Amino acid sequence: MKQEEKIIEIKKLNKWYGRLHVLKDIDLTVFQGEVVVIIGASGSGKSTLLRCINFLEKPQKGTITIDGDELTVKTKKLHLVRREVGMVFQHFNLFPHMTVIGNVTEGLTQVKRVDKSEAAKIGEKMLDKVGMLDKANAYPSMISGGQKQRVAIARALAMNPKIMLFDEPTSALDPELVGDVLLVMKKLAADGMTMIVVTHEMGFAREVADRIIFMDEGKIVEEGTPEDIYNNPQNERTKEFLSRIL
Amino acid sequence: MGVWDFSVIPEYFTSFLPYAWMTVRVTFFGILIGLGLGLLFGMLRISRFKIIQLPAKFYIWLIRGTPLLLQLLFIYNGLVSIIKLDPLPSAFIALGIHNGAYIAEIFRGAIQSIDRGQREAGISLGMTQSKVMRRIVLPQAVKRAIPPLSNQFIIALKDSSLASAITVPELLLHARQMASSNFRMMEMLTIAAIYYLIMTTILTIFANLIEKKMRAGDLKRVI
Repeated sequence: MKQEEKIIEIKKLNKWYGRLHVLKDIDLTVFQGEVVVIIGASGSGKSTLLRCINFLEKPQKGTITIDGDELTVKTKKLHLVRREVGMVFQHFNLFPHMTVIGNVTEGLTQVKRVDKSEAAKIGEKMLDKVGMLDKANAYPSMISGGQKQRVAIARALAMNPKIMLFDEPTSALDPELVGDVLLVMKKLAADGMTMIVVTHEMGFAREVADRIIFMDEGKIVEEGTPEDIYNNPQNERTKEFLSRIL
Repeated sequence: MGVWDFSVIPEYFTSFLPYAWMTVRVTFFGILIGLGLGLLFGMLRISRFKIIQLPAKFYIWLIRGTPLLLQLLFIYNGLVSIIKLDPLPSAFIALGIHNGAYIAEIFRGAIQSIDRGQREAGISLGMTQSKVMRRIVLPQAVKRAIPPLSNQFIIALKDSSLASAITVPELLLHARQMASSNFRMMEMLTIAAIYYLIMTTILTIFANLIEKKMRAGDLKRVI
């Protein structure tokens, strides 16, 4: 495990939806360049945890420290922190009224105030990285789900984030389109990007993850290397989950 | 008058033209003021703060809950002790306020129909709430608002006839005045109906063109 520098430190994170306690005292530290995969049954809180990290969901208690900045719900200027955290969604969420290249450069020109020609250069580089440069002028409605997700990854990468969050990035894709997206993610991991990935792709988790976290009922019940988790799970719930999914 | 005589229609037809123009003016300013009020109150209505929503909710409740004819009379005759308005500005204001309430709801519906994921994607890029609204949500919402808006504009055009009640010289008032001197009510109403149909048809064609153009934007192919 690469343990040079803590980039995310989550302490005693708690989240309720009304009376439903969905995250219970979550503690999690992620190091620079680490790939953490979160697994667990639906409703276990894994997506909520991911969405709390860039405050798309507001946790009621606890702190999240991102690259030295300690954040709580009350922190002002959360939008400044979000620039450092790229997010990829299950349903891509590309902007349908903009072209592919427009999607990728939107954050650069509107948030980072990069001038247009410079933004276009960065955008093209990112599209090339995910193999989508030939569709730069297409609209999202013209491309496949797998292509959309690669564009969404390029859009997040263009902001040069310190961390990338992936919220079930392949769950909405046809099986034959999953491979291309996973390939892009593997390349990213190999380039040293810090990644937190919520996924059901066990093959990907085994191959790419530095650490796997198993969540159940709003708690982290087990974590370890892929070998530990797959070959020698300690917790009953982990065993049960893996026997169902593998 | 026993028998209808539609052969008199050509004779009277052109005399309606200036009154049709008045209908166009009343409709135009009614819509213009309505769009301004609608945008303003539509935005207030979706505010995160209850205290800001409240005036918008009240406005929409009040205006949608009372008849336009009453609103016209209220502004022209009712307010007379506070402010004396001429019929025409009264009609502009009453129709503007009336349409504003409906347009506010159209904007609210269109904005709220935009998938939450769009907002989240913008926020994740580090955009502020207002930037997300301007760059991501509104451009898509405007597109969705066009069909219900064009419907509302057609309603506004027809509703302008109620301004006859406060003596604005528009199509319907002219038709009734002509009929009272030539005793050809059916024929005069038919002429007015033809004018309304011409104007609503033009509006519909125009709305369809815009809709088609907007749709084309979604289907642009790679060059």
